[in-house]
Amino acid sequence: MKVRVVTFPGSNCDKDVGSVLKDYFQAEVKYTWYKESFDDVPDLVVLPGGFSFGDYLRCGAMAKFSASMESVVQYANKGGKVLGVCNGFQILTESGLLPGALLHNRTLKYICKDVELVPVKENIFAKNFQSNLSIPIAHGEGAYFADGETLERLEKNGQVVFRYEENPNGSLHDIAGICNEKGNVLGMMPHPERAMNPFTGKMDGKQILEALLKN
Amino acid sequence: MFVAKINVTLKESVLDPQGQTVLRTLHDQGKGQIQDLRVGKYIEIKLKTSSLQEAETIAKEICESVLVNQVIETYKLVVEAQ
Repeated sequence: MKVRVVTFPGSNCDKDVGSVLKDYFQAEVKYTWYKESFDDVPDLVVLPGGFSFGDYLRCGAMAKFSASMESVVQYANKGGKVLGVCNGFQILTESGLLPGALLHNRTLKYICKDVELVPVKENIFAKNFQSNLSIPIAHGEGAYFADGETLERLEKNGQVVFRYEENPNGSLHDIAGICNEKGNVLGMMPHPERAMNPFTGKMDGKQILEALLKN
Repeated sequence: MFVAKINVTLKESVLDPQGQTVLRTLHDQGKGQIQDLRVGKYIEIKLKTSSLQEAETIAKEICESVLVNQVIETYKLVVEAQ
């Protein structure tokens, strides 16, 4: 299985997600610098967490203009599988691959803790999860926002993947993660790659990546 | 030379927690007259173009492609000769 992890200036979870994909899924991981474009067809492209371009102007706003993102958009439009985690989710909304936007947490506090995620049964990725998942979040701007019409469409199409059991940040409809209409682009604020090492006692992230890779 | 002065704010329909926090502090200081407060950002661009119209067109394009996320934000643009 071939995976590309795109690294932007300020990404800091690229090696984390790359190493768990290597260690637990035997993936062949290539790190793609934001200035590089690609035209091969990997099995998955990951936009990792971090603070791309220092989160200046808006989180993810600068990243969308990079050469690698042009390739990611083309790859996604052809049905390629893309996962955006945290800052990666913000980049996906800024680049228009996912609807909506991420706002400052309602409390204005940076939140770093484990949260309980409720998989949404109507969603293609989440339908086979048997129970809630415990996954860490670490963000200052993770409150999902979309206008009423977009939220209604997301709900109707089963595009909401995960909701928070207890909403930590003010996300509308308690949304923690969504996918696009075709179901090949997934964005989420929680970090599944941080819940995949038995030493930490947290393994629920593995189920998320398994579901994504099998789908 | 022209200068584009751009004010970006969150849309009225979007909760502005930063504005609400500042508002609460001012209310705590007894400034009950303040009805509402919203925090935004100000961006200034200097443009070397042949006409005001061209400067306005370029500034508007930059606002809508880069500076403003129209899902959550709105903006006011004024272009002046300098």
